[in-house]
Amino acid sequence: MSVSAKGETPNAKPGLSDLTRLPDARGHFGPYGGRFVSETLSFALEDLEKTYHSLRDDPDFQAEFDVDLAHYVGRPSPLYHAKRWSESLGGAQIWLKREDLNHTGAHKVNNTIGQALLAKRSGKPRVIAETGAGQHGVATATVAARLGLSCDIYMGAQDVERQKLNVYRMHLLGARVIPVESGTRTLKDAMNEALRDWVTNVDDTFYIIGTVAGPHPYPQLVRDFNAVTGREARRQSLEQIGRLPDALVACVGGGSNAIGLFYPFVEDEGVAMYGVEAGGDGVETGRHAAPLASNAPRGVLHGNRTYLMSDEAGQVSDTHSISAGLDYPGVGPEHALWKDVGRVEYVTANDKEVLEAFRELTRMEGIMPALESAHALAHAKVLAPTMGRDQHIVVNLSGRGDKDIMTVADIDGITF
Amino acid sequence: MNRIDQRFDELKRQGRKALIPYITAGDPGPEHTVGFMHALVEAGADVIELGVPFSDPMADGPVIQKACERALARGTRLVDLLDMVAEFRQSDTRTPVVLMGYLNPIERIGYAAFADRAAQAGVDGVLVVDMPPEEADEFGPILKQRDLAAIFLVAPTTSRGRAATICAHGEGYLYYVSLKGVTGAATLNAQDVAEHLAPLRELTRLPLCVGFGIRDGITAAEVAKVADGVIVGSALVNRIAEHADTPEVIAGELASVLSEMRTAMDA
Repeated sequence: MSVSAKGETPNAKPGLSDLTRLPDARGHFGPYGGRFVSETLSFALEDLEKTYHSLRDDPDFQAEFDVDLAHYVGRPSPLYHAKRWSESLGGAQIWLKREDLNHTGAHKVNNTIGQALLAKRSGKPRVIAETGAGQHGVATATVAARLGLSCDIYMGAQDVERQKLNVYRMHLLGARVIPVESGTRTLKDAMNEALRDWVTNVDDTFYIIGTVAGPHPYPQLVRDFNAVTGREARRQSLEQIGRLPDALVACVGGGSNAIGLFYPFVEDEGVAMYGVEAGGDGVETGRHAAPLASNAPRGVLHGNRTYLMSDEAGQVSDTHSISAGLDYPGVGPEHALWKDVGRVEYVTANDKEVLEAFRELTRMEGIMPALESAHALAHAKVLAPTMGRDQHIVVNLSGRGDKDIMTVADIDGITF
Repeated sequence: MNRIDQRFDELKRQGRKALIPYITAGDPGPEHTVGFMHALVEAGADVIELGVPFSDPMADGPVIQKACERALARGTRLVDLLDMVAEFRQSDTRTPVVLMGYLNPIERIGYAAFADRAAQAGVDGVLVVDMPPEEADEFGPILKQRDLAAIFLVAPTTSRGRAATICAHGEGYLYYVSLKGVTGAATLNAQDVAEHLAPLRELTRLPLCVGFGIRDGITAAEVAKVADGVIVGSALVNRIAEHADTPEVIAGELASVLSEMRTAMDA
């Protein structure tokens, strides 16, 4: 890795199969990723890396994971043909990968189940996590309850306000939710505070990171645990469509649900992929959370190098999104590389388009999506009419919208 | 010879230990920082660590987080710090200055451009909290070419193998983090520190300086018995916070905290 290469596309375009073999031994995805942490955490990360690499190909560990996914999460999740919505858009057929039907209502649980198994093997009695919309916090509190682990969740004070329902869910599950008042009081600040906790309590605490960012090996292991989504979707496409889809669409904040869907398709050249970032008020206004689509400068935050929204002086920028779960200035390092090599196209949907998609899917298919997932739907809405009726789009419906009802009601001027 | 090495040579000859204050540059306003630096030197500072304010100081506790917020609210940038050091150098050419902070502000300027300007301004060393030696293979040589010391942290959790790597890459001095946690979190245990420093002595001839958890003359003197230097940050930044509305008294406050430590260490 070199600084001079930071701003440039790698000389030789890696082959698609090379892309699936990353990260390298030091956690780099091309010029991105790595392990930029203060020294106190290095040993814990080395330890986690060793544990994970020894278990990754261990059939017993994988079997335990698969059993939990089947009987606790309820996998496989269906691939649902949204016929009525597809018909009304007048183009490609839209299929929804129903991660919203997972236990706890989002894709996040796939990863927390996996990391909880790692925590159990490490023997640490306490887990911590950061959360934005609260889905990862709920999924972490859930696995902690099940394993009898003590659990503290860091959540930006602004997000605690806008996601009250999930805060209460975490309380009911026995977790302590700690509102973070520093900085912008959102997801990035929650992650800062979780890292501060971890550096203090590293001997007895396992940090369950909720997205494909953070220091190595987190981007890799969170991807691997989420990839069950893409493996199922690939198999289901072959069964239900009779071939692979023409396009995949998923929302990208840190990027865990998108990586989960995309990763098993990376080598399938004919499958186009779209990562949809939070356009907020519109990328042109500067009030957004779209580091990739807005071509933000490269930078280092939370342990990895990636595209990072920051000002001229290198201070991390405020982000804006209707959706707490996407309100993050960075993005997983593997997405950064996929952008550079052109494997995935990163686009945005702004708040207004997202609300329209939210309402449309609810009214036409009887499925209420999370506002995060509605970003992916908003792009599918743009994409489908440009494609033929015999073409197929798989959209990751990464979470359900119950948690967002208050936000939408608020916009509608309704108070309960 | 780098000013840091010179200073530790002198101290060794005199049989004294280094007293290293840390302040966040630009707190409570950029116009005060150079004055504070001179006051610290007069009160007995041997090396000055100048904190680069950052929006997301992940390794810092609330005291230094708030210092960063005050400095950023007044628009303090890394390039302003370099100007401060240049101004400081107009009347102090002997006291080493180390910049301490996070990687992103440096990445925005670019490693080589930053190192050129830092060397020109009279900076002597750079400590990037979130850049362990494994990630420094590009930046390390760039600093070395300009005679800027790359200073690294060693923690209580650092394995012997890692410590050897860090010692091999480190220059200036080793910064031993006395406890697990963020800055300003707790008071250190001098006995525990002594036990961790002993194996490091076998690995390196670099001076071993200890930071985190040093609050007053007593803790400073205890650490000075086992280490080559004592680093004090939050105890000073606390005083700045207390008097942020009356900045004219801060230099005196900083001097009184530091003099107490100097006296206790030299006793």
